[in-house]
Amino acid sequence: METIRKLIRKQSLEKLYNNLSTTRKVYAPVIASDKQVEYKYNPAFTDVTFDHIRSTLSVKNVVFPKVENLFYYTNKQTESTITDIDLNKIQEVVLWGAHPCDNAAFDTLRSIFCWDITDEFFAKRLEKLVVIGLSCHLSDEYCFCTSVGLAPNSTKGSDILLSRLKNGDYHADILTEKGNAIVSASPELFESVTNEEAEITSVKQKFNHEQVTAKLSGAFENPFWVANSLRCIGCGACTYVCPTCACFDIQDEARGKEGKRYRSWDSCGFGLFTLHTSGHNPRNVQSQRWRQRIMHKFSYMPERNNSLGCVGCGRCSSGCPVDMNIAEQLEALQNI
Amino acid sequence: MTSLIARAKELLENKTVQVVIGYEAGPTGLARPAFITDPAKAESLIYDDRCVQNLAVYLTKREVKNIGKMAIVATLPVMRSIMMLISEQQLFADNIVVLGISDDGKLLDIADNKVMQGYIEKSDLSNPAKYKGLLAELNKLSPEEKFLYWQKELSKCIKCYACRQACPMCYCTRCTVEVNQPQWIPVKANTHGNMEWHILRAMHLAGRCISCGECGRACPVGIPCHLLTMQLTDQVYNYFKVYAGTSEKMSSVLSTYEPNDKESFII
Amino acid sequence: MSDFEPKVVAFVCNWCTYAGADLTGTSRIKYASNVKIIRFPCTGRIDFMLLLKAFANGADGIIVSGCHPNDCHYTSGNFHAKRRWIMFKELMDFMGVDMNRVTFSWVSAAEGVKWADVVNTTVTRIRELGPYVSYKELVNKSVEEEVKND
Repeated sequence: METIRKLIRKQSLEKLYNNLSTTRKVYAPVIASDKQVEYKYNPAFTDVTFDHIRSTLSVKNVVFPKVENLFYYTNKQTESTITDIDLNKIQEVVLWGAHPCDNAAFDTLRSIFCWDITDEFFAKRLEKLVVIGLSCHLSDEYCFCTSVGLAPNSTKGSDILLSRLKNGDYHADILTEKGNAIVSASPELFESVTNEEAEITSVKQKFNHEQVTAKLSGAFENPFWVANSLRCIGCGACTYVCPTCACFDIQDEARGKEGKRYRSWDSCGFGLFTLHTSGHNPRNVQSQRWRQRIMHKFSYMPERNNSLGCVGCGRCSSGCPVDMNIAEQLEALQNI
Repeated sequence: MTSLIARAKELLENKTVQVVIGYEAGPTGLARPAFITDPAKAESLIYDDRCVQNLAVYLTKREVKNIGKMAIVATLPVMRSIMMLISEQQLFADNIVVLGISDDGKLLDIADNKVMQGYIEKSDLSNPAKYKGLLAELNKLSPEEKFLYWQKELSKCIKCYACRQACPMCYCTRCTVEVNQPQWIPVKANTHGNMEWHILRAMHLAGRCISCGECGRACPVGIPCHLLTMQLTDQVYNYFKVYAGTSEKMSSVLSTYEPNDKESFII
Repeated sequence: MSDFEPKVVAFVCNWCTYAGADLTGTSRIKYASNVKIIRFPCTGRIDFMLLLKAFANGADGIIVSGCHPNDCHYTSGNFHAKRRWIMFKELMDFMGVDMNRVTFSWVSAAEGVKWADVVNTTVTRIRELGPYVSYKELVNKSVEEEVKND
């Protein structure tokens, strides 16, 4: 549908939030007691922050939870009864205030989870997700959305995109039918736009991702990987905070005759990630795993799924204890 | 730090070592680990307030060991980590050259392990001052308050194991959590499982932790897990009058015993 | 609360405390029946995580018992266990896990009376403390954390 731009005043924004928050689950950013930004379900509007650059963890939790039950089972002598999770019970979630980088990541995750087979769990959660995004009026040295084809006000992945105006009111760009439905439920809160300009930060482009992808296709044996990954300690933090990382582990947990199968987040940076039952491990050195991370995101995914595995949010770099600054590495790769 | 650079250059030029592990400044100004193999690149070595990471974690990494004999820039925590690794047979003293750095940032002359031991023994080995205050405050809480505090903190844990990876003493090639016969600690992240993980980690480090604080620093969600291991460091000293990382001999408290260890709660 | 019967799990070594408990029985000494005994070859084999697993599985109290120092069937198992218990108790105290619910004891194969005493004292104490609600809540809360995603 055609994008419609409306104005929503600060007080109306609060009313909209409260309307949504009383009728459904709203996942919104707040500042926790240790000053980190985290997303919580249905916080009070006064606790919601509009000034965050990035939350510590990404918001992929709403479509790809860190622990997700797949089915329950009961064993009786020689047969097992399986109880599937009723996906129809998954409730609608309104994601409030996530930035364009995080919202673009949903598309990337979809290109993985719905690539050749549809992952029903992911698909259902995405179907029930409504995204009210928030453009960025602040950024820092870790941001690099403009290097991966996005911008501080990209609309990709959002159903409504809010952009702050100087006077504290917001533009609301209504982008999809889901967004339209939200507006139609409270049309009195949305007015016609004036000529105000939105406050959008600028993010300097650090590299050209198309050039990186082109260079990577011949770079598998390049000494770059070893030289630049010696300091990586394989901690997995980058994977877990990343909005587009989707690797998971599947485990069964049982007590007596009953149990469940679940999946939980995993990381290709872990030493045992590719350990085969035979004992062979094709990626048993950290440089191979670092290479995998970059190539998967910037070479294999563009080639196979037609999408880029990175949205330039900068969480991996700001969370890394040994300063494996991904933007710096990609800049260097552009020139190998 | 010219004396450090000169020494590193000398060691590489003489081929006494094949790699110098130290710190360099990244483009954003943060210090990061450096692995210098070319004497000409020794110029990039720095040492200042930004250099806090415990580099000893690289001494057990196969890809670093395979480069050859190693020299390592070592502040007190790193020296103690090296001592611990030697005492646990993970490192041979002859295979590394220690480029000791004093508390006030000067290059020390650490000729061999005996000298390093002497330096360590003369130093204050209790928990660093900046953590003592927080530990004292936590210790003042009631048991119920403590339980709630740790539940709140550990509910944030996402089981990324960054704490384990950052610790030089966690060098097991197959960690106990990576075994699923039995699955001792659940793989998934929930508050209860997270508590079990952190308790296990703290106990496996009891008497081995040298209070570098890397575990807490590496945590992406800001859990002060270093306080768990540091509390035990305090208690190890309290009961057994030893600090970890002071001797080449295996002496970590849970691997040894004295017949007359004192306690007051066994009836 | 008055009809609360504590669930107590006892981790004991085979050579001393287990034999001691046998003696209590053969001596026909009556004692509280709330305890479930788990037999180990030695206290040195008792993993501290087992105590937490006991709490997680519904125990309200725990007894850990073995040979007196110098009497260990394997010479030094109980010395190692002692050190482990010291550190574990300190860690649990720091984290707010209720160590009043855990009794550590040395009970030899000849101390049938002492075993009955240890069990009775522990059970009485746990009865006063009540069920270990906060731990059970922790476990339930954690199950909810994931089920809410179902």
